[in-house]
Amino acid sequence: MSRILIIAEHDGQSLNNSTAKCVTCAQAIGGDIDIAVFGSGIEAISAEAASLESVVRVIAVDAEHLSAPIAANWANEALAIADGYSHLLGPSTTLGKDLMPRIAALAGVNQISDIMAVNAPTSFKRPIYAGNAIIDVEAPAGTKVVATVRIASWSAATATGGASVDVRSASSNAVSHTRYVGLESGGGERPDLQSAKLVVSGGRGVGSEENFKVIYNLADKLGAGVGASRAAVDAGYVPNDMQVGQTGKIISPDLYMAFGISGAIQHVTGIKDAGTIVAVNKDSESPIFEISDIGLVGDLFKVIPELEQLLG
Amino acid sequence: MKILVGMKRVVDYNVRIRVLSDGSGVDTDGVKMSVNPFDEIALEEALRIREAGKAEEVIVVSAGGDACQQQLRTGLAMGADRAIQIQTSEGLQPLSTARAFLKIIEREDPGLVILGKQAIDDDNSQTGQMLAALWDRPQATFASELILNGNSARVTREVDAGLETIEIDLPAVVTVDLRLNEPRFVKLPDIMKAKRKPLDVFSMEDLGVAIEGNIEIGHHTPPPQREKGIMVEDAAQLVEELKNRGLI
Repeated sequence: MSRILIIAEHDGQSLNNSTAKCVTCAQAIGGDIDIAVFGSGIEAISAEAASLESVVRVIAVDAEHLSAPIAANWANEALAIADGYSHLLGPSTTLGKDLMPRIAALAGVNQISDIMAVNAPTSFKRPIYAGNAIIDVEAPAGTKVVATVRIASWSAATATGGASVDVRSASSNAVSHTRYVGLESGGGERPDLQSAKLVVSGGRGVGSEENFKVIYNLADKLGAGVGASRAAVDAGYVPNDMQVGQTGKIISPDLYMAFGISGAIQHVTGIKDAGTIVAVNKDSESPIFEISDIGLVGDLFKVIPELEQLLG
Repeated sequence: MKILVGMKRVVDYNVRIRVLSDGSGVDTDGVKMSVNPFDEIALEEALRIREAGKAEEVIVVSAGGDACQQQLRTGLAMGADRAIQIQTSEGLQPLSTARAFLKIIEREDPGLVILGKQAIDDDNSQTGQMLAALWDRPQATFASELILNGNSARVTREVDAGLETIEIDLPAVVTVDLRLNEPRFVKLPDIMKAKRKPLDVFSMEDLGVAIEGNIEIGHHTPPPQREKGIMVEDAAQLVEELKNRGLI
């Protein structure tokens, strides 16, 4: 039977939703599920992890030098408790992508990136070429499976469990070669792009950094996160952490509203799993209309004020 | 200081990927191949560091069949000083690639290794992190700013929550994100010059690296397609549709 260890993601205050999605993936693999929480002052976060359905045990490793997610420090702690686990899972977020390959290399295995479905405990589906092909992959027999979980493919496990929490001290000292300086948060008050249920997004058609205000205004009216196409990022309208697509974030909101986005393959890849896609574009030939659920040919600078008025 | 830069030969990012009907792979027959776009950014950064007088030599490294020499020549034309091919007919997975790169590091003793944050073919995003782990050195992934300061570097990283800054001691591995820089275009005379720059070839046997522990790659399928939806005439109809579907 599989024994699965999930490395929790958190911001020092609360558990990131990606962890609950990893739990759902672990349920599909089947077996005992433990969660490791690394950090400092992580009692509340560990309790949150312990409340996730079907989690057996939470291992909380509490140490000052683990408060920032420095991959070299966290990988050492993961390796220290990895014995006896058949699977080590992390989310395919920037945290998991940074950390899990470091763990895999130290464990002497290749990593399976972006699990989107489970065929069998060691066989999975994952996307390549920005989701333009899906492949079946099988970990070599008898080796540990180290993997990241594509969070857009999984729903979050509910908080109906009651696991035990095992608090430990760190097994390694802080590495001296890497020092955390700080985090400048991008979104401000708006919902995080990755977990927002509604996302309003702008492309090259928005025209300028100044004009992007109309996108922010509509998003704020709807309580939505704000995204952008790579074209808008390359043109300097918005920072790259807002980029949705193959080279940015892959998201799956319930509603995605694309304004002035033509729908290049690289962008569409990032929104394939959205519930409903709305597209507003001046050009009726835009490829975005091939994949949108509701399309409107029109000028976004006319449509957005009308929408705002109608939404009250 | 020497800087090593990884360069992968991949299907050009503008090519529409087609899965072969027998599910054995994707169609690469006659398809345009290019340098992985993130690797071009990695090389551009290395060249700028050299041009600022903070490095003496930039070496581009690629693992693959002889076809990848084409991408190495592109790197030389951009301005790299010399190239190394890790020759293998097998498609290398990240762990083997990292092990082979480590052997090159042991030969060259670079102060900095810069790689793309991921290759746009297999989208693994692993090699840089693995290399840092095996080398037992710092990693700074998804870099959008890199400032060298003597024996250390300050790196701004593009993370989901915003921009994270870390300080790392050199030598180190940095993987780069899109916003770091805009790679230069190659000029024709430089392509000619690149032909005369040194390109060394090492086989995996030369390096003493066995390819093992590969993940088995099985059936390929095209992704499910979204169906074309409806068109509405104006904002009022759009709002009505969204309300009917319970979305707002």
